[in-house]
Amino acid sequence: MTNTLTVKDLSVSYDTRTGALQALRHVSIDVPAGEIVGVVGESGCGKSTLIGALLSLLAENARVDGGEIRLDGEDILRASPRRLQAMRGNEMSVVFQDPMTSLNPVLSIGRQMRDIQYRESISDAEKSRRAAAMLGRVGLPDPEAKLHAYPHELSGGMRQRVAIAMAALMEPKLLIADEPTTALDATLEVQIIELLKEIQREIGCAILFISHHLGVIAELCDRMVVMYAGEAVEEGPVAQVFQSPAHPYTAKLIECDPGRLRERVESLPAIPGSLPDLTDPPAGCIFRDRCDMATEICARVVPPRETVSPEHWSACHHAKTVSP
Amino acid sequence: MTSDALLELRDVTVEFPGARGLRALTAPPEARRVQAVSGISLRVDRGETLALVGESGSGKTTLARAINGLVPLARGKVWFDGQPLHARPDWHAVRRRVAMMFQDPVGSLSPRKTVRELILEPFAIHGVRVGDRKARARDLLAAAGLAPDFLDRYPHQLSGGQARRVGVARALALDPALVLADEPTAGLDVSIQGEILNLMNRVKREHGLTTLIITHNLNILRHIADRVAVMYLGRIVEIGPVEQLLSTPAHPYTRALMAANPEPDPTARRERIVLGGETPALSARPPGCEFHPRCPVARADCATRAPALAPARTGGAVSCHYPLAADERIGA
Repeated sequence: MTNTLTVKDLSVSYDTRTGALQALRHVSIDVPAGEIVGVVGESGCGKSTLIGALLSLLAENARVDGGEIRLDGEDILRASPRRLQAMRGNEMSVVFQDPMTSLNPVLSIGRQMRDIQYRESISDAEKSRRAAAMLGRVGLPDPEAKLHAYPHELSGGMRQRVAIAMAALMEPKLLIADEPTTALDATLEVQIIELLKEIQREIGCAILFISHHLGVIAELCDRMVVMYAGEAVEEGPVAQVFQSPAHPYTAKLIECDPGRLRERVESLPAIPGSLPDLTDPPAGCIFRDRCDMATEICARVVPPRETVSPEHWSACHHAKTVSP
Repeated sequence: MTSDALLELRDVTVEFPGARGLRALTAPPEARRVQAVSGISLRVDRGETLALVGESGSGKTTLARAINGLVPLARGKVWFDGQPLHARPDWHAVRRRVAMMFQDPVGSLSPRKTVRELILEPFAIHGVRVGDRKARARDLLAAAGLAPDFLDRYPHQLSGGQARRVGVARALALDPALVLADEPTAGLDVSIQGEILNLMNRVKREHGLTTLIITHNLNILRHIADRVAVMYLGRIVEIGPVEQLLSTPAHPYTRALMAANPEPDPTARRERIVLGGETPALSARPPGCEFHPRCPVARADCATRAPALAPARTGGAVSCHYPLAADERIGA
């Protein structure tokens, strides 16, 4: 199987007054063609930096320290600005968390959807027709009329549908979804998840779905990558990772989700402690200070990827004993 | 008013201006005012935790703000500890006993004040003399699970969880009887969320608090609430004991809401009910049952007859002409 996206050994740091903040350290992620891969992690795990790196839209004080990113084999980190501009929106596109801020408030939906087809040598009328057809496909009622609407005239759920229509319009190879349901209500969240599944089937793109919500990942994705403090700590098929997590952080994270507890408990689980200082990351395992399985080796040696079953690995010295 | 009720609401209605300016002149009278909260009656007993759930715009926050006088009532009455609240309002006195935890943990703290000043602020506002200010601040901080070295920090130096804890300390400062907590877990990571909820459960027990929790996080309901009220378009559509509402709700909307909650288990077999459309605007309330255009089991008369809250098999009450049986399946 070919990979639509290959991230290999990627490291990114930010220059800050207190030194280089190592936001991503040796991250490798593969997104096979036509698959939905989830990236799950909490605040500060490096999700946003990862998206910035994929799109070559990192902040000015960011520096790629090493590694490579390939989209369909093409090296993004070495592509010219001109080539990158041609790729963004066309070969890879993004659906952001908040559609109110990702859509331009002073331009009509139709204008914005025609604008993103600027590379196409077709008439404006044809561009409008394609835009309306896409709006219809994402379930907007009366799509022709919606072309004349402005973002504020639409509800939150409708705006996110427009954002998805815009991302899917050029039939990209890779769709990056950055917490696309976080700003939405539960009943709309379900609608958007179903829509993303449909769009994926129809245009056959690969989706990199970034979320902190385990439930959404479980529902939508084929494979998942768990990130903690700038590192990918576990990767595997969704069913396997949930059933037998091989990294203590994953296990804790799943345990912490109160949605799993069918009975009322007096004391809810949590992960004590806080993220390490990424300007001076500790030696050895990045999670060891918060890990109750940590032993002496964890403080000294960075854990290598340990394969627990085909296609399922964990960066932990004790990977084989995390799940009984 | 029964003796063990700490808070009782009857027919509470909050209105906001709808159409404004020139448009208001030509708008029909019903469009000039919208009812964000419409005819809500409920009671919260001493020591009880009632959770208000519902989607954006369902009126949860407005209801909480109406209770402690941050928005005026258009109609209805509220009793707190046996006294009518809005009739002869001395909000200063009321708010000493009704503490509010606001939604945005960092945004609700003044960025120019230290944690020490923030925690002692309620005493200053209410003119309560504090003997040993340092000890009091330290004790409150400890009750919220923070070490004394946080006293001299500013809000921007706090994580979301720590800011939440400062919010808890502030809420506890004046030893309130009722706490209104607006989205206590919003913006918190799952790994932190448990600690904050445990803290809230603990202070509730230790201080004998009654709490009204507003949340859209359905996963936490079972662990914090005794009863749940589900709101839709400013009205309560179902209220009842938490376990019954989670497992076998009687209102189709409650059922859809619970089913819409993605579970962290890829093998879970779920009854998926994808509701069509979205919540209508408050200025365009559907006739009859306001949920009928999205309801998967609506019948013809639902479009014409408005249901009222009536006792349900859950032990609570439901506002539906055709409440669901415990084992009834709906949707595909």
